[in-house]
Amino acid sequence: MTREELKIKITELFPTAGFEEGGDTSAAGWLNVQIEATAWLPLAEQLKQKPEFHFDYLFCVTGVDWKTHLSMVYHLTSTIHRHTIVIKSKLDRNNPEIESVAHIWRTAEFNEREAYEMFGIKFLHHPDLRLLILPEGWEGKNPMRKDFEDPVNMIRL
Amino acid sequence: MTEEVVITDQDDLIINVGPQHPSTHGVLHLVITLNGETVKKVEPHLGYIHRSIEKMCESLTYRQFIYTTSRMDYLSSHINNHCCAMCVEKGLQVEVPPRAQVIRVLMDELTRLASHQLWWGALAMDVGALTPFFLAFREREMINDIMEETCGTRLTMNYMVPGGVMADIHPNFQRRVHEFLAHFKRKIDEYDELITDNIIFQNRTKGIGFISKEDAISYGMSGPSARGSGVQCDIRKLYPYEVYDKLQFKEIIESGGDCFARYMVRMKEMKQSMSIVEQLIDNIPEGDFQAKTKNVLKLPKGEFYSRVETARGELGVYIISEGGTTPYRIKFRSPGYSNLSALDHMTRGQKIGDMVAIMGTLDLVIPDIDR
Amino acid sequence: MWSLQNIADKVHDWLYLTFNPTLAMLFEFVIIGALAIGLFAMLGLILIYMERKVSAWMQLRLGPNRVGPKGIFQTMADTLKLIVKEGMTPDGADKLLFHIAPFLVMIVAMVVLAPLMFAKGFQIWDINIGVFFITAVSSISVIGVLMAGWASNNKYSLLGAMRSGAQIVSYELSAGLSILAVIVLTGSLKLSDIIASQENGWWIFKGHLPVWIAFVIFIIAVTAETNRAPFDLAEAESELTAGFHTEYSGMKFALFFLAEYVNIFVVCALGATLFLGGWMPLHFGTNTQFNKVMDYIPSVVWFFGKTFFLIFVIMWFRWTFPRLRIDQLLHLEWKYLLPISMINLLLATLIAIMNWHF
Repeated sequence: MTREELKIKITELFPTAGFEEGGDTSAAGWLNVQIEATAWLPLAEQLKQKPEFHFDYLFCVTGVDWKTHLSMVYHLTSTIHRHTIVIKSKLDRNNPEIESVAHIWRTAEFNEREAYEMFGIKFLHHPDLRLLILPEGWEGKNPMRKDFEDPVNMIRL
Repeated sequence: MTEEVVITDQDDLIINVGPQHPSTHGVLHLVITLNGETVKKVEPHLGYIHRSIEKMCESLTYRQFIYTTSRMDYLSSHINNHCCAMCVEKGLQVEVPPRAQVIRVLMDELTRLASHQLWWGALAMDVGALTPFFLAFREREMINDIMEETCGTRLTMNYMVPGGVMADIHPNFQRRVHEFLAHFKRKIDEYDELITDNIIFQNRTKGIGFISKEDAISYGMSGPSARGSGVQCDIRKLYPYEVYDKLQFKEIIESGGDCFARYMVRMKEMKQSMSIVEQLIDNIPEGDFQAKTKNVLKLPKGEFYSRVETARGELGVYIISEGGTTPYRIKFRSPGYSNLSALDHMTRGQKIGDMVAIMGTLDLVIPDIDR
Repeated sequence: MWSLQNIADKVHDWLYLTFNPTLAMLFEFVIIGALAIGLFAMLGLILIYMERKVSAWMQLRLGPNRVGPKGIFQTMADTLKLIVKEGMTPDGADKLLFHIAPFLVMIVAMVVLAPLMFAKGFQIWDINIGVFFITAVSSISVIGVLMAGWASNNKYSLLGAMRSGAQIVSYELSAGLSILAVIVLTGSLKLSDIIASQENGWWIFKGHLPVWIAFVIFIIAVTAETNRAPFDLAEAESELTAGFHTEYSGMKFALFFLAEYVNIFVVCALGATLFLGGWMPLHFGTNTQFNKVMDYIPSVVWFFGKTFFLIFVIMWFRWTFPRLRIDQLLHLEWKYLLPISMINLLLATLIAIMNWHF
């Protein structure tokens, strides 16, 4: 499906979804979808299961700290239709919560754990949300946030 | 869909493989639950060499940050640099001169060859044959010498810069690449004789560590590991960059899904890489090796994503720019991280010796996973 | 002609003439003990050096080349290093067993040297159950390995020891059966008799098919029994770091190491004795001119030549093949080697009864 067709389909299903223009990723034909955190899980299920979408390959999961809010970015592609979509979801900075999609795309399990420890984003219903990279005792420190300061190894931005 | 976590009962033997263990090729730490010799669960613990390159990059300029990426997947450092340079070029809207494009592809494929050679030796060592490691290093040494002449270094090259390559190729480059090709063409058959056709090796790898196509996609696997399960995922074919669309080469896909299929993909890929190098080595166009760029690079506000095929799979670089001289947020989608996540699924029910073979065919490079 | 037998006889005669019989026998014990320990140490040094040079040759390397000419003193330097190294004992180890294990393995390796015939008439103890003695005593070493694995309080060691136990116990069977194939042909367990029976040709030449099969099975089985690659599952450094001797350091580790090499020597010497005629020169038929020429080469050279050839073959295996998995290893033994060697034994018996061999 082309970008426009995807846009129409997603608007039909989720009227609240917003679309972003500009930047390089959209120029490359990738649709940028802005969605609320609560709508993410139903959208993800639709994207995976509907045969016309068939987004089965989640190749990049990342969190971004925008200082005022956090956001989760999911890059999805379909191994059959070869169309790509970028889903972004704004999260509250003080209490970031989003549904886990580890049961839809299994790669999300590890990537969500990384986002959890680096940004402190809570993934609801995640099978095993623990620290993966950081050592014990780093719960809640979230080193990838912009306001993180490590007193030992100082990196000032 | 995610597998149930096995509740550890008292009869289980829990062993820590790593962080210092001969088969983890680095500082990977696996907590393995065993029932006798059978693996029940593998739980990776990462972070022993996590340097937080993503965070470091946020304070480095667009010229500087590329150097840190050589340290991610150090066996395909050229390709990492390439991906970052491409991403910055996308933002700057710079056209790379044809000569630089060809040099980049040549370097990528030589790196891929060197990486696969090392993998071959290391895999053979994992399954217990020590000699192939030295044979692999003999050939890899020639590539390293070629790299040393042109790039000045042997492992972390930092040769690709935004706009092209850092320096022109060494006058000896073409001659030495020809020498290497002639040498390696003879030796790759020796590889097959020594390991591929060995009955013990085939018994150790056939039917071991099976992963289906659906699972491989679901786990986000990429590169030769996924192509062994029949997933079409070669970025060079699907989203061609530089001159890959003009080249004649095959995407190797095996349907076995086991260790042997993954092994064969890499063995055949080496031949394809050789053919790519052969096609290009005598056809390097004349011209500039670097496009003119400003001294201080500033990317426009926006998001940029570029992907390349490294020796291990799909590397993605995702830059979010706020218009400054440093990236606001940078994310490296590393192939090893996703491939590692499938390890637990693949090893369950196999023997502990198989786990080593499976890790060998996944071709894990730990700095790539830990970034 | 110069031979070790003459020297041994002269020493023996001189001792019994000079001292009273009890004292003379005591002196002989001391000399034999010193020689056995000396041989043990020499074998360790030579075989480790040989292994390093052979592996280097196969792996495009030079091998040790710094200490002494061509690096011949490298193993001595290594031994010195291991002697002065601190021997660590892990916390929670079973101290007694942990310390006994390497000595047990070493003593077993030394005891089995006793019935070996190193040259014509040069033997410590010509016991009438020589072959049986070697197979019986050498299987005690598995107890040492199990003790080491158990006492280390390390899971890798335990896994390695259990593997080794399963492996040695099963491969003992086919090794024993393949030895029996030669025993039924000679009709004696005494090593001197076995060698004497090969005066008109080695068993490998005159034993037809059953001896060839037995030889191949014997080589495979003893490779497994001595925990050598491709059957080095007890150590399996890519899986179990170092297997049963993971926790050993210093001289205790060196004893395991030495015992491994002496075991290789013993099994290869046994193989050379049974199949390749021991010290017996290459003979065809009786009283031919060819045999007389061959007799000019001293018997000790024949013995060590054959033994080191077999050792070289086993080293060749190690640096060529990948390792088997534990279940494949046991499949190979119980499903293939054991049935084949049983049928082979029947075949050998048939040949012995019908006198079909030369």
